Amino acid sequence: MTHQLTERPPVSEPTPVETVAVRFAGDSGDGMQLAGGQFTSAAAIRGNDFATFPDYPAEIRAPRGTTFGVSGFQVHFAAKPIHTPGDAIDVLVAMNPAAFKMNVGDVRQGGMIIADEDEFTKVNLKKAGYGPEESPLADEILGQRYRIITVPLSRMVREALSESGQGVKEIDRCRNMFALGLVCWMYDRPLEPTINWLQSYFGDKKNRPEVADMNVTALKTGWAFGETTEAIPQRYAVAAAELPSGRYRKISGNEALVLGLVVAGKKAGKQVSYCGYPITPASDLLHGLANLKRFGVQTFQAEDEIAAVASAIGVSYAGGIGVTGTSGPGLALKGEALGLAVMLELPIVVVDVQRAGPATGMPTKTEQTDLLQAFYGRSGEAPCIVLAASSPSDCFETAIEAVRLATRAMCPAILLSDASIANGAEPWMVPDVSAIPEIEIIHPEALSDSDEPFEPYLRNEETGARRWAIPGTPGLEHRVGGLEKQDITGDVSYDGPNHQKMLALRAEKIAKLANVIPPMEVGGDVGAETLVLGWGGTAGAILSAVERMRGDGVQLAYAHLRHLNPFPSNLGEILGRYKRVIIPEINSGQLRMLIRGMFLVDARGVNVIQGRGFHVDELVEGIQNAMGDKS
Amino acid sequence: MRAPDLPLPTYKPKDFTSDQDVRWCPGCGDYAVLASVRKALPKLGRRKEEFVFVSGIGCAARFPYYMETYGMHSIHGRAPAFATGIKLANPDLDVWLVSGDGDLLSIGGNHTMHVMRRNVGVRILLLNNRIYGLTKGQYSPTSERGKVTKSTPMGSIDEPVNPLALALAAECTFVARCIDIDAKTLTATMERAAAHPGCAFIEVYQDCNIFNHQAWFYASQKDARPNNTVDLVHGEPLIFGENRDKGVMIVNGRPRAVTIGEGGVTEEDILVFDETDRTLAFTLANMHCPDLPEPLGVLYCHPDRPAYEEASRTQIQDAQADGSADLQKLVDGPDTWMVGS
Repeated sequence: MTHQLTERPPVSEPTPVETVAVRFAGDSGDGMQLAGGQFTSAAAIRGNDFATFPDYPAEIRAPRGTTFGVSGFQVHFAAKPIHTPGDAIDVLVAMNPAAFKMNVGDVRQGGMIIADEDEFTKVNLKKAGYGPEESPLADEILGQRYRIITVPLSRMVREALSESGQGVKEIDRCRNMFALGLVCWMYDRPLEPTINWLQSYFGDKKNRPEVADMNVTALKTGWAFGETTEAIPQRYAVAAAELPSGRYRKISGNEALVLGLVVAGKKAGKQVSYCGYPITPASDLLHGLANLKRFGVQTFQAEDEIAAVASAIGVSYAGGIGVTGTSGPGLALKGEALGLAVMLELPIVVVDVQRAGPATGMPTKTEQTDLLQAFYGRSGEAPCIVLAASSPSDCFETAIEAVRLATRAMCPAILLSDASIANGAEPWMVPDVSAIPEIEIIHPEALSDSDEPFEPYLRNEETGARRWAIPGTPGLEHRVGGLEKQDITGDVSYDGPNHQKMLALRAEKIAKLANVIPPMEVGGDVGAETLVLGWGGTAGAILSAVERMRGDGVQLAYAHLRHLNPFPSNLGEILGRYKRVIIPEINSGQLRMLIRGMFLVDARGVNVIQGRGFHVDELVEGIQNAMGDKS
Repeated sequence: MRAPDLPLPTYKPKDFTSDQDVRWCPGCGDYAVLASVRKALPKLGRRKEEFVFVSGIGCAARFPYYMETYGMHSIHGRAPAFATGIKLANPDLDVWLVSGDGDLLSIGGNHTMHVMRRNVGVRILLLNNRIYGLTKGQYSPTSERGKVTKSTPMGSIDEPVNPLALALAAECTFVARCIDIDAKTLTATMERAAAHPGCAFIEVYQDCNIFNHQAWFYASQKDARPNNTVDLVHGEPLIFGENRDKGVMIVNGRPRAVTIGEGGVTEEDILVFDETDRTLAFTLANMHCPDLPEPLGVLYCHPDRPAYEEASRTQIQDAQADGSADLQKLVDGPDTWMVGS
């Protein structure tokens, strides 16, 4: 049966709205990430602020129609600055019953659900765990709570592409573009950028112009359906946001790390060698850098996580910038070698894109649970520099900072990102690369036989770091190793007092970095009684919650940490100013434990560990509760 | 980073001797290997600062401390990975990896396999004493079945690994075997290894005189060696024996030890060694006493495969060839938009 579109009077001008959250949800093979990514680009072109939340299963192609195979992509876009992908969704596109089931709970009351009715068959309902006669599309309670729009989406795509000469399987792959076209119509987004992308990707890159054409047709059909259907009576417009003037691009955390590492290498005048082993959600670092050899970047896919960190240490020993990237389980494997790097006093950067653990945990879901591992996850006392990026774009500067600090202190730097900022995207005001300061690195020069013998563990008084002598330099031949070193000479030493001294020296040079990192800034009501303190990828959610509470008249100060080891030099003084310190974290209170232990501050936590970023609502509630805890 | 303009000094073994006291047990086979290495390095046409010695953990792994070169005593089993990183960052360095059978074949078996298959241009000296020495006498991955040690009071039930066969299976392009006290063969083999562009692997039969004394005496002692080993010379027949009257023949596809002059066997029947023949190398690697002589020298050499670090450097150079890399453009990305004026 052909679904007839009936003409209707033109829709009135789009109604302005300030913020919208749209989630595309379907099977992991339905192209939801692609649809979401294109919709994000459309938001960028319209000048909106935006934040995205790709949410996908670990299974590449889980059995079709099952709840564990559901993949989602949420786009939050706004006419004002926003900092999170949004708590509740305004529009859910559900490509099948499983997607409906897994996502309906996140739709705000009164929100819209666009469902492909053709997919709500008995078989698919059963796969999603509904009874055969229990279609949620016909559910009265749901119908009262949400505006459910049923669309014969599959039939219309098949109809529109019936002349394409392609099979149903190929045709059905274009369903995501129909959905995108329809949502673009609803929010008055231009189709051209997506059309251009389809033609360039499928047409030019994959050399399949017929696939590009099919997708374009599906996209336009979706838009046309919006124009003609009466089911959606209203269009909406989200105006450009007032962001600081400048040139912007869209960026995800992993993309920003890649760029930051490349720029850091250039600023240091050194080759970056990225040694990695594939692991979700950090593999994109390896992919991204492998494509940038033209910038002199070297990539090495090692045989395992241990070989990855070991080869990175080998690179740094030989005078390059050794970098490795991983997630929590990989960081655990790297622990012993990291201890060696601490002992050898060599600069490497270890990126940990945190995911839900322990063990394999939930590999595609986010968490902030590796903070203590970064601090302490090695044998003996082996301190490393620890930094955390606060947003997708912040990964760029944090990567450069990691290289700067590691090479200054001659010590490994662990950079913590997380799955939410690694895959999430936001607008980023592109920096002027030439304005980024150089990273100064000085290697000791060659010595001749008549000179005094080289002392590899002699330290720079200001930084506390030993000198970085590179193999190939005449006269500086020396041995390094995991056995305890004699101060200054670097000879093997089992002397007790020397060991204690060396432990202290290795910790002190990290502490000394506090002299060159910026002091922590406090925002909000600086003179309030309560400070909300965060670290890492939760910055946007915390800021949103604090701003909302302040809007409701609650006095709150807030601060966010990028530098965790060492902490900014003024942290203790700031903590002392507040009657209450509240620390929201996606863990059970790891920063809180450190703050309590180091500063004797009775900090309270807000802790939600559910594989996703904080919702602003729950943070507001958590902060309120924590404030009430102690008057 | 290499300074080709610097003249090459005339080195002596003592120029490669560090000021550290050697702390191996008196009588350990490692002393002989150390002496051979110090003797070989002056012949390699390299400046001292170009050498890097890398090791893992174990008795043999103390090696770098005793060499007046650059050196890294790393962690257990991972030396091949550290060495790979060093070569990636600076392919011009001459990197030597010295470690034991427990380090490279047990905890580090994975890395040993991969450094070989990638053909990273490092020279590996595997000091094989068939025992864990530093932890005081447990059986190792090369210990024979039935070996009674502290951890195997009723005898080992493990089948030992064959280092040469493993190296060949891992696509290693240079595979050799020497004996600790045979300085002549060892230094000659090291010279050949140093000239090899890719991964060079030398198994060294090394005596642990404390925990596994005499394990290799059947091959290393003057009276036993001629009858139990065969010295490999490319293009020459596999003849051995104190009277040079024994040889190795292939009979029904398998190697067999024969006596020349007996049963109609002539010198013409003896297998001629070809070091470029990987299948033959595998056959030789699997010859064990007492049935067959154990091969000594270079088993296999395939110098034509490019070294890994060179291939990596070439890719980067090729990618940079058109000079199109614009850092600002990279950071800008494919699509930017303006906000405000």
